[in-house]
Amino acid sequence: MALVRVRKLSRLFDVSKPWLNRVIERRSKAFLTAVSEVDFDVEARSTYALVGESGSGKSTIGKMLVGLLKPTSGVVEIEGVDLASETDAAKIDAIRSDIQMIFQDPYASLNPRWRVRDIIVEPVASRGGNTDGLAEKLLEQVGLSKQDAGKFPHEFSGGQRQRICIARALASEPNLIVCDEPTSALDVSVQAQVLNLMSDLKDDFGLTYVLISHDLTVVRHMADKIGVLYLGRLVEEAAPDALFDTPKHPYTQMLLEAAPQMDGFGREVQPPEGEIPDPINPPPGCAFHPRCPIAQDICRKERPEMRKLGETRVACHMAE
Amino acid sequence: MTHPVLSIRDLSVEIPTRHGVVRPVDGVSYDIAAGEILGVVGESGAGKSMAGNAVIGLLTPPAHISTGEIWLNGQRIDQLTGDAMRRLRGKEIGMVFQDPLTSLNPLLRIGDQLTETMLTHLPISRSEAEKRAVAALDEVGIPGAAERVNSYPHEFSGGMRQRVVIALALCAEPSLIIADEPTTALDVSVQAQIIALLRRLCRDRGTAVMLITHDMGVIAEATDRVAVMYAGRLAELGPVRDVLTHPQHPYTHGLMASTPLASQGKSRLHQIPGAMPRLDAVPEGCAFHPRCPYATDKCRQPPVPRVTDGQAACWYPLVDEKVI
Amino acid sequence: MSDFPIPSAPKSRYRRAVESDLFYTFKRSPVAMVSAAVVLILVLAAVFAPLIAPTNPFDPSSLNLMNGFTPPMAPNAFTGDTFLLGTDDQGRDVFSTILYGMRISLFVGVAAVFLAMVLGITLGLISGYVGGWTETIIMRTADVQLTFPSILVAMLIFGIAKGVTPVEYRDQMAIWVLILAIGLSDWVQFARVVRGATLVEKNKEYVQAARLIGRTPGAIMLRHILPNVLSPVLVIATISLALAIIAEATLSFLGVGAPPTQPSLGTLIRIGQGFLFSGEWWILLFPAVTLLALALSVNLLGDWLRDALNPRLR
Repeated sequence: MALVRVRKLSRLFDVSKPWLNRVIERRSKAFLTAVSEVDFDVEARSTYALVGESGSGKSTIGKMLVGLLKPTSGVVEIEGVDLASETDAAKIDAIRSDIQMIFQDPYASLNPRWRVRDIIVEPVASRGGNTDGLAEKLLEQVGLSKQDAGKFPHEFSGGQRQRICIARALASEPNLIVCDEPTSALDVSVQAQVLNLMSDLKDDFGLTYVLISHDLTVVRHMADKIGVLYLGRLVEEAAPDALFDTPKHPYTQMLLEAAPQMDGFGREVQPPEGEIPDPINPPPGCAFHPRCPIAQDICRKERPEMRKLGETRVACHMAE
Repeated sequence: MTHPVLSIRDLSVEIPTRHGVVRPVDGVSYDIAAGEILGVVGESGAGKSMAGNAVIGLLTPPAHISTGEIWLNGQRIDQLTGDAMRRLRGKEIGMVFQDPLTSLNPLLRIGDQLTETMLTHLPISRSEAEKRAVAALDEVGIPGAAERVNSYPHEFSGGMRQRVVIALALCAEPSLIIADEPTTALDVSVQAQIIALLRRLCRDRGTAVMLITHDMGVIAEATDRVAVMYAGRLAELGPVRDVLTHPQHPYTHGLMASTPLASQGKSRLHQIPGAMPRLDAVPEGCAFHPRCPYATDKCRQPPVPRVTDGQAACWYPLVDEKVI
Repeated sequence: MSDFPIPSAPKSRYRRAVESDLFYTFKRSPVAMVSAAVVLILVLAAVFAPLIAPTNPFDPSSLNLMNGFTPPMAPNAFTGDTFLLGTDDQGRDVFSTILYGMRISLFVGVAAVFLAMVLGITLGLISGYVGGWTETIIMRTADVQLTFPSILVAMLIFGIAKGVTPVEYRDQMAIWVLILAIGLSDWVQFARVVRGATLVEKNKEYVQAARLIGRTPGAIMLRHILPNVLSPVLVIATISLALAIIAEATLSFLGVGAPPTQPSLGTLIRIGQGFLFSGEWWILLFPAVTLLALALSVNLLGDWLRDALNPRLR
């Protein structure tokens, strides 16, 4: 059974002006569709990556997975439990300690007034668990030293802080860690250290990662399965090699073509046309049709369903 | 061969702090020729932006140029004072920053901003300037330029705004453009558009470009030559293909090898141990020695190795170390 | 593992204080050092008033009416006693009354600011973190209160409180009523600043990390957000202290504050101004100068704190 099951997941944000302005300007409420009917499964002990550009809804999905945001509609089940509808407090608590998150900005994700020890053990201490020597043990597991437990976050570099975040995420012995752009604030050489550490810990602890990133090189290196998002919709899902070698969706093709390549000296690419449309008024039919080179009439009218093409799932009328 | 457009010689920038003087830029020299894009790459704190700010005279005190010379088109500019420097900026040097919003006045129509800049720096009439403003927007690929001149900055998307900033940087026909992380805040697809635009403008107009970035992929695709910086010093300087495929400096090699590549599969990434030293604790001798697998006693003591003609700032440069 | 280990011991509290930027800027600011010294001397003098003061001015047995109106540093014509700062009409030593008056002024000031701080921080945290209608109600109340001068609000509260206290307790209660009045008139600033800082902090990822593991809103506000919004609070508290001392002096000067049996600096000034034109200037001047020195140095200290803790405000 899949560890995470996501079905028809949608999230709207109310971006209306204040009530009085709406009355005076005679406008109705406005909603931004951040995530729209997304389906996917994450197998236990695998790494599932969500990639997309800004506004693709990848971080919103991440927050819904860990329960920081409630879905507008649809279901997120973790180990068979839906946090949004479950009423059994004990079950919710058990699932909560099974899910952790690593955030993008290592400077904002550690409370500057807390000592590292208190930060790391908080997930356990807040449940009244035993925290003797826990922080020290975890610090060594993420490549820092025991003595660091008594220090404050500002005494560490960005990469070291991200290690502390990882140590905190491991404290409650979770199964699932949602990593929201875990290395995009780090320099390349430090990124390699953190990615290696994440791989090692995954093997040692049998972790499952949901990796949210805009960086295609990171995603390709880490993921077992990749979901590509565009304007809140999942447009393609495949294993890394299949996705990078034979992308099916025109958007995936465009994205891969546009990404700068380390050996692309003087590469002349035809840069992609246009930009991501306004998510408050997304285009009808397939959201990508205004930029799509192979769009037909049907793409403007009907939203494509996810369908299987070999091992790949793709939401495109034209893909083959 | 004519003069290079920009020539930096042995440039150092110092900042006095309560823990002593730190040197975010230390003995850096490089040239940029007309029509050339020089990439300046390095991790955060390497001093790459600080060097660019020194060239345009935008160092925030107490940071100041302590030694070295900066020459632009055969004129020495590092000693220019406020007014002369301001005239030079905009006229001879165009600037593109990471965040396009800070470079544009939110209260002025973009057409007016372009026109004003041109009238300040070029001997042309207002109607001519207005005509050129439309042409400039057209050139950077803004659809419907004739109508869009009347729009305000907030009416543009991020990518379009960065195009407007480039148009603004170009409109006084400068001989040098300094682009500091121009695509970092943008999405991949928009980044590709901006890079293509910069390259086309550089080729068509013969403008020299200093492209400051931390992204090796952008460096590979966009630049002709690359300067790799580490802890305020140049580690390596040369044609981009040579430096990236056959790095001589162990740092450049480590930087390249730690980037995940398709060819690598799922194997562990190469990692450089440790992190860049803080500016107030730069090690003696070669600043990279504590992280370098090849370091010897020679590396641990002065003098500091410097970049020389075609050779990296390393006592034991790597030979035939192919990465890609 | 990968990082070459540079293990270093965590720093002690003392070392962190001495190496902090705050201490560094303090050492380089003569204004801050002088103000701090003045405040320290005045506070110590007030706290240890019973030990320092030559007489207890409120002990009728120690008073000699014959000593009335003795000028400073000059022997009294009848008794031959000499007083450092002279005496008032009752023969009380002005130096001693100032020391005891400062105690009242400081106590009322500190207590009022503490009340305002607790109230303001609580309401600010709640309205910033919870938002919605709670926020609207709290912050609109604050806005309405801000449209009145705070001294007027204090007088109003003072009047109401005095009205509901039984007559026989009025003098005893006067100090507490004063604290309540000044405290309630001053919470708005704290609430506004704390709310603003809370809005910033609550979106930071460390707060999300705490929400994620199921910590309650109360725990998040108290344990996570509160420590991070305290530095602007400290600045406002210092500046408010100066204002509270002056507000107390103003109320007492107007005769609605501290009773003559427990005179504060304001009460002393009110008493003294009656004698200004009859030539006994010292009864007014010395309490006034003390009040000025106290309020000014606390204020300067607050200004320095603001600059040191938030360089962007400069």
